[in-house]
Amino acid sequence: MRQSFSIGIGGAAGQGVATPGDIFAKIFSRRGLHLNAYNAYQSIIRGGHTFLTIRTGPDNIPTTNGHLDLLIPLNQDTADRHLRLLTTGGACLFNADLIKPGQSADGVQLCPLPVSKLADISRNKVAQNTLAIGAALSMMGIGFNSLESVLEEQFRKKERAVIDENIALARAGYDYATQNLKPFDHALSLTDARYAVLSGNEAMAMGAAAAGLKFYCAYPMSPATGVLHWMASHARKADIMVRQVEDEIGVINMAIGAAHAGVRAMCATSGGGFALMSEGLGLSAQAEIPVVVIDCQRAGPSTGVPTKTEQGDLWQMLGAAFGDYPRVIAAPLDIADCFTLMPEIFNITDRFQCPGIVLCDLLLAEGRLSVDPAVLDFNPAIDRGEIITSNGEPHDKYLRYKITDSGVSPRVIPGIPGYTHVVSSDEHDEDGILISDAYTNHAKRRAMMEKRMRKMDGIAASIPPPQLRGPATADVTLIGWGSTFGVIDEACELLREQGISVNHLPIRWLVPLHADAILDILNNALHTIIIENNFSGQFARYLRSETSFVATGHIRKYDGEPFFPQHIVDAVKEQLAGTTTLSIPEHEVMV
Amino acid sequence: MATEIIPPNQITMANFKGRVEPDWCPGCGDYGVLAAVQKALVELQIPQHEVATISGIGCSSNFPGFIETYGMHTLHGRSLPVATGVKMANHALTVLVTGGDGDGFGIGCGHFVHAMRRNVDLTYMVMDNQIYGLTTGQTSPTSRLAMKTKTTPFGNVERPVNPIALALAAGATYVARGFSAEQKHLTELIKNAIQHKGFSFLDIFSPCVTYNHDNTVQWFKPRVKKLEDNPAYDSTNFEAAMEKSQLWGDEIPIGKFYERTDVPTLTELEPVLNPGPLVHQNNRIPAPVAKSFIDELM
Ligand SMILES: Cc1ncc(C[n+]2csc(CCOP(=O)(O)OP(=O)(O)O)c2C)c(N)n1
Ligand code: SF4
Ligand SMILES: [Mg+2]
Repeated sequence: MRQSFSIGIGGAAGQGVATPGDIFAKIFSRRGLHLNAYNAYQSIIRGGHTFLTIRTGPDNIPTTNGHLDLLIPLNQDTADRHLRLLTTGGACLFNADLIKPGQSADGVQLCPLPVSKLADISRNKVAQNTLAIGAALSMMGIGFNSLESVLEEQFRKKERAVIDENIALARAGYDYATQNLKPFDHALSLTDARYAVLSGNEAMAMGAAAAGLKFYCAYPMSPATGVLHWMASHARKADIMVRQVEDEIGVINMAIGAAHAGVRAMCATSGGGFALMSEGLGLSAQAEIPVVVIDCQRAGPSTGVPTKTEQGDLWQMLGAAFGDYPRVIAAPLDIADCFTLMPEIFNITDRFQCPGIVLCDLLLAEGRLSVDPAVLDFNPAIDRGEIITSNGEPHDKYLRYKITDSGVSPRVIPGIPGYTHVVSSDEHDEDGILISDAYTNHAKRRAMMEKRMRKMDGIAASIPPPQLRGPATADVTLIGWGSTFGVIDEACELLREQGISVNHLPIRWLVPLHADAILDILNNALHTIIIENNFSGQFARYLRSETSFVATGHIRKYDGEPFFPQHIVDAVKEQLAGTTTLSIPEHEVMV
Repeated sequence: MATEIIPPNQITMANFKGRVEPDWCPGCGDYGVLAAVQKALVELQIPQHEVATISGIGCSSNFPGFIETYGMHTLHGRSLPVATGVKMANHALTVLVTGGDGDGFGIGCGHFVHAMRRNVDLTYMVMDNQIYGLTTGQTSPTSRLAMKTKTTPFGNVERPVNPIALALAAGATYVARGFSAEQKHLTELIKNAIQHKGFSFLDIFSPCVTYNHDNTVQWFKPRVKKLEDNPAYDSTNFEAAMEKSQLWGDEIPIGKFYERTDVPTLTELEPVLNPGPLVHQNNRIPAPVAKSFIDELM
């Protein structure tokens, strides 16, 4: 079992759950520990219940897992909901003036903090939070210095007195714990590595910036707004034009306009905003103007559950906009991949002059992960495809939609003498002249349709086929796509420890799908299970439609919360025992 | 950008002649708008490759196909966001936006309002025929009350939108009305609108001879009165413009209602564009900047 330590911090929205989370994340990542953080919250600004889980350890931490070693409840509600997640060796640090923790499991240390004795709570409303952080670090065996320097940084915009007060509070909590509380049995083994900690939204924004993005626009929508926030606050340093537009219809069309003028352009939204964009996606394909759209899925349909995760938009992406047209759809596998995927998809959409969709979800978009800073490569390969940027040599009559073997016709940046032309959402001939109205010509229409669709062959040849993880043959093969990558990997580890041989086929490029490569793998598999975060098995249905392959079983979840490794372990075992072919794990964390 | 040096007065109507002949009905008002735009570009001596003409969908929106520039047919109602994107990515281009009343005041009305308040430097010309032409004669947002169309066989019961008043209220910095049968006047307005720094809106009466038998050239001719004929009219006076915008009936004002030049354009307000058009900028993030982005996360 991988060594890890999980902390849960919960309270009402507005009680300051985020700050202790940020402080822990900084301390761990600077002491060479990996971490994975997930915040369960609701769509309200004050009240409700916010529960942040941070899992840390010396090896990479692919997911949170629903198990806690330390609980810091900031209110009674949090203690009531989550005390049962602590098992032997765990501890609950709570404000003794406010909270009555109730009955805990055997071997759990209940640690009351006499907050009103240790701090002047009339002056500092979040004193309990800072005291608890201090106490926690003492119990974890982490020296006080690292906390002190992070607090200096965290409050650097405040006056000196405020900083000193917080350091004194943390110190009081630290010393109190050293004298009165039992430290955790296993101290975390620190390493010399240093990690960057970032969300998927930040990763996608930075990955796009690294890919040479020059124009970004969006309309706020959870859980994609983080991309817009990163863009807005870094626009001037990154030389990216960033606009908040009146609606998502305007967003996609503005991005297409900028892309037409020759820059890399992108937008991001969630399912509802994407629905409004779909006609624009068709314009991108028909006019052959590359644009990248991020969809951060949330639980749908309609307004759905704005702050909860799901993988329920796959068929919307597959069917977005009417008519047949070339498109690329990729689902990042984890938060680091949210960064690395961006230059790849920009290059593909530029080379093939079509829309590219990044199918992310709330779990990655708003989750946070420790990433080796070397992964955040700001010098990736940039391939803008066949693009004419100066008027150079004399040339033949320029045809914007010239019929070619690859289906790709060189495009021109507007402004260059000698290449004026018309691009069009109406069907057109090689010269961009409309054939939809007076001049309809079925032969030209067919040739143009085939030219555009030929690009799919080139795209398929440019993207790597999926790779099996684990042994070539196994008792059971788990298939997932996008954000389930980490949790399935860890479930495989746990299953192997229990003597079950298992391998994992993660799918990253969804369209085009490498059907033959997938079939080569799956036709040799003994027992296949498709795992996805939706009700109807959207990927299972898609895989079947593309390959005729029918999996042995399915594990699905659509309660708004992500999978934990144990959910998959239990479900695989029940399916191998033949009890069921469809498992729907119960989520045990009450958020 | 333009590497050719074009000697003065070398740009003629021939430069702007489109690859295909317009397929509008004979007598359609849109011919007059096309001719006026071409004349305005010749008189301003703007080379065709420095012009982007962006339209929506409709009879009037077929415009970019009939003029030799960098043209684009977008989607019904979406010309303004696309044109805004083009202008922001390359503000060296002269960006013309063309379309119909349905395109601009119906399906695209949200974008219309926001483009004006942004004051992005576009010249937006609506060929207002008070009808949906391309879809064969349905009521439009500017169709008059009681007008009979295919979708209002018993007469329109919805009051028409007033595009001039709407534009003024939305903060447009240039608001004018033209008439396609008043060629010289229209050409002057278009030149003036192109030269205006900021969003310029031109509502152009462009009668549909096939589907609107109410608002014909003959109907407009005796009614239109040029604001320019009244030396006392002050187009910098917002209240006066609002008042004039309310006139409809025996007297319908055409000409420049309003212009203000003190509002910076969107591109002027954007420091990212200081080094020049976005499309010509380097697309690599400098190493120290990249490092600062990563350091924030450490
Ligand atoms: C989303 C969408 N809805 C409807 C249409 C059909 N349509 C095309 S043009 C048009 C109206 C055109 O009227 P207007 O903009 O006034 O232009 P005109 O033809 O009168 O010049 C409509 C409804 C469309 N192309 N797209
Ligand atoms: S239908 Fe009307 S608007 Fe369309 S081309 Fe004919 S006259 Fe012009
Ligand atoms: Mg019309």
